Amino acid sequence: MEVLDLARWQFGITTVYHFLMVPLTIGLAVLVAGMQTAWVRTGDPKYLKMTKFWGKLMMVNFAMGVVTGIVQEFQFGMSWSAYSKFVGDAFGAPLAMEGLLAFFVESTFLGLWIFGWDRLPKKVHLACAWAFSLATVASAYFILAANSWMQHPVGVELVDGRPRLNSIWALLTNNTALAAIPHTIAGCFAVAGAFLVGVAVWHLTRRKEERPVWRASLKLGGWVGMISFAALAITGDVQGKLMFEQQPMKMAAAEALCHTEQPAGFSIFAYGDVARPDCENVKSITVPALLSFLAHNDFSSEVKGIGDLVQEYKAKYGEFYPVDPQLGELSGQPIDYVPNLPVTYWGFRLMIGFGALAALAAAAALWLTRKDRMPKSPWFRRAALAGIATPFLANSFGWIFTEMGRQPFVVVPNPTGVDGVWMFTARGVSGLTVGEVLTSLIVLTLVYAALAVLEVFLLRRYARAGIAGVMPGKPVEKSQDELAFAY
Amino acid sequence: MDLALVWFLIIAFFWLGYLFLEGFDFGVGMLLPVLGRNETERRVMVNTIGPVWDGNEVWLIVAVGATFAAFPGWYATLLSAAYLPLLAVLVGLIGRGVAFEYRGKVDSVRWRRNWDRVIVVGSWLPALGVGLLLSWNVLGLPIDVSGNRVGSAFAALQWETLLGALAIVGFSLVHGAVFVALKTEGEIRSRARLLALRIGPFALLPLLGLLLTVQLRAGSTWTWVCIGVVVVAALLSLMRLGIGREGQAFALMALVIVGSVVALFGALYPDVVPSTLDPAFSLTITETASSPYTLKVMTWVAGLGAPAVLVYQGWTYWVFRKRIGTGHIPPVRVP
Ligand code: HDD
Ligand code: HEM
Ligand code: HEM
Repeated sequence: MEVLDLARWQFGITTVYHFLMVPLTIGLAVLVAGMQTAWVRTGDPKYLKMTKFWGKLMMVNFAMGVVTGIVQEFQFGMSWSAYSKFVGDAFGAPLAMEGLLAFFVESTFLGLWIFGWDRLPKKVHLACAWAFSLATVASAYFILAANSWMQHPVGVELVDGRPRLNSIWALLTNNTALAAIPHTIAGCFAVAGAFLVGVAVWHLTRRKEERPVWRASLKLGGWVGMISFAALAITGDVQGKLMFEQQPMKMAAAEALCHTEQPAGFSIFAYGDVARPDCENVKSITVPALLSFLAHNDFSSEVKGIGDLVQEYKAKYGEFYPVDPQLGELSGQPIDYVPNLPVTYWGFRLMIGFGALAALAAAAALWLTRKDRMPKSPWFRRAALAGIATPFLANSFGWIFTEMGRQPFVVVPNPTGVDGVWMFTARGVSGLTVGEVLTSLIVLTLVYAALAVLEVFLLRRYARAGIAGVMPGKPVEKSQDELAFAY
Repeated sequence: MDLALVWFLIIAFFWLGYLFLEGFDFGVGMLLPVLGRNETERRVMVNTIGPVWDGNEVWLIVAVGATFAAFPGWYATLLSAAYLPLLAVLVGLIGRGVAFEYRGKVDSVRWRRNWDRVIVVGSWLPALGVGLLLSWNVLGLPIDVSGNRVGSAFAALQWETLLGALAIVGFSLVHGAVFVALKTEGEIRSRARLLALRIGPFALLPLLGLLLTVQLRAGSTWTWVCIGVVVVAALLSLMRLGIGREGQAFALMALVIVGSVVALFGALYPDVVPSTLDPAFSLTITETASSPYTLKVMTWVAGLGAPAVLVYQGWTYWVFRKRIGTGHIPPVRVP
């Protein structure tokens, strides 16, 4: 194992893990703020109960999002110092803006919201909920702008061999970012929607209490789930078109499209050996000409295959890695321009597939429970609970596809941008010892695994306890100066 | 004044905010079993920082993130060279953050006892690590001409850096005790005050030792003034605490950390990471600074963002200004 491989595994594991907490926090935060608004406006205790219950689950999850995020912030410098030095001028700015403009607001107002129930006037307290939840969205915006810059570097010029920011505006309105942000936020709502549906169905099929609360949650979750999938499909289509322009290799890999075709078909399911870039044995069930349409809005256009693209890349970016000890085993070796095909091909399909499953589950749950009906079968409950996992999986596969599809580049060359602003992943890694990175990889993975068990345990416990777990049934004796909430 | 220097100062300011705020968070965590004699008292302590610990931690995120944006070379060199201490800091912060949130979520003695252990370790470890990191940064790392560490993971360890680790731990202990005395009432308050008075004169010695070491290596006349301020403020702080003026003692502890940070960053200037191998390899402010355009953008962001942070974080402290005692702690109501 080389430092490069270990650092990549570590980054992959820690970010995918961070992004299990992130979508639930973002989605629930906004929905909870909405529930609280409904309560403040109507005074209906149903909405207060929803706010408290879903807010509690959000808090259990939030803590994990915070602590895993800190690792991310440090990791660029720790394991990817050459990358950080190269891109810092442009990439550091959105990262620092995220901290200054989003994380401070998020953490401070969440504290006020959690502990402020009886200290703040109702409307001020509600404003804290909104400040917090909108700040989570803002943080997503900045970090995705940073990530999109790696996929499509804009707003920079090359000075002394390094990209230099010359327009922050261009970076913040990168078309890649403007497509990725709504797509990712919609993915967050897909997660929250499925979560609401799953937990609400569990209560409705198992218990008699608080039915209006669970009915309202089920309805909200179901609609949010379906609408967010529609938004995902629309924004995903935009991303696909950008990708054909900006990262043609990623799209060819996503389709296992080995040879240039005109018109090109969209592969639904491939069998045989997808892993080989020559596609000797790949057979695929395709929808004729659909890929051409997805790429260019035109059913007869040409889509380039992996073979031709490899030739183009070699001509532009070289056939061999330079001879340099920093590159370790790769030094002087031929450059492999083809991303990991099975991962990109299946990652793309699993993202869409699990997302579609989530949307179907939401629609089915709404249909089966219409007009106060409630299917008795335990399978209904089990399916709804399993449905919670689907958008999480879709999100993870989406990221794995996006990030691994850009290999071997960490900063992808922008075809219409400035020459020289790109970087091979192998070039970005720090000069560390294998022992150091192996230690951190093992330690972080073990800590994360233990924390996952604890979080799921607590989420389950609080989800099952229902409203009684967050609001004691009868108003208990509460002394004058007792805190409304305490750890 | 050029923007690179302004950003050097801004980063010092973020570190100052971090050490001041998280200093008492760390102290509360480190002293949890010492000052909190029973479950209710421990809950009192955790709740003194309950609404604010996350906001305090963001100061670290921003100190580091701002370094990335304004001095990419500084960020990259420091974080990769100090890899293992940073891992310790991260693991500690992970455990602590989760522990605050989870410890009260199950009504079981064993559950809470285990999380208390996590809080204690998760406060000692990052305090040590941050101290090590900062003193390493100021005293220098064995870096070559391109800013890469030469030698093994522990190549940079010197006895002075261990002093640095103890310096932040000692400061956090005293600062945390003063904070608990300021924010609680009843027995725990007087216990915290006594503890601060008793350990204060010793616990602050490593900080003084670090400042003197740095001073003798790289200080100038005016950094002597800072050290003077630190000593006087520390003494006054303990004296005010002795007569029960906790608020004043706390404010004077702020002055202690202001003096220390100014002295440390003053000694660091004009480098950002001195090289212990050859002064010619040291990374300087001008060398590592981002382009003037990036710095200008960031100055706008910080100029608008940072004052707002001070306002709304200040407001939080005001909202939760009341002292907490065992009588305020509600009974455990969990599923
Ligand atoms: C699309 C959204 C998104 C993405 C792609 C990322 N994050 Fe994140 N992050 C959030 C959305 C988010 C959030 C929703 O704002 C979190 C999750 C829970 C929380 O507290 O805030 C958060 C927390 C969080 C924190 C803790 C903030 C605090 O203490 O309040 C840090 C330091 C980071 N993140 C840093 C990163 C880095 C360096 C990433 C890139 C690899 C990253 N995040 C990916
Ligand atoms: C701003 C956001 C992000 C940035 C700047 C970023 C940056 C990076 C970097 C520097 C690497 C290491 C180099 C490499 O191996 O390619 C990487 C790898 C990776 N990232 Fe991201 N990432 C971001 C968000 C995410 C998120 C949210 C996820 C998923 C949840 C993710 C998934 C991955 C994976 C799976 C890898 C490993 C790729 C591989 O080994 O080939 N990334 N990313
Ligand atoms: C319905 C059809 C969908 C299409 C056509 C689609 C399309 C895409 C494309 C093309 C990308 C890659 C962007 C790039 O690498 O530049 C992407 C990324 C991603 N997708 Fe999807 N997607 C769909 C559904 C979903 C669903 C259901 C989810 C999650 C619930 C999801 C979550 C993600 C995530 C998290 C990323 C990575 C971040 C990003 O680049 O935005 N997608 N999607």
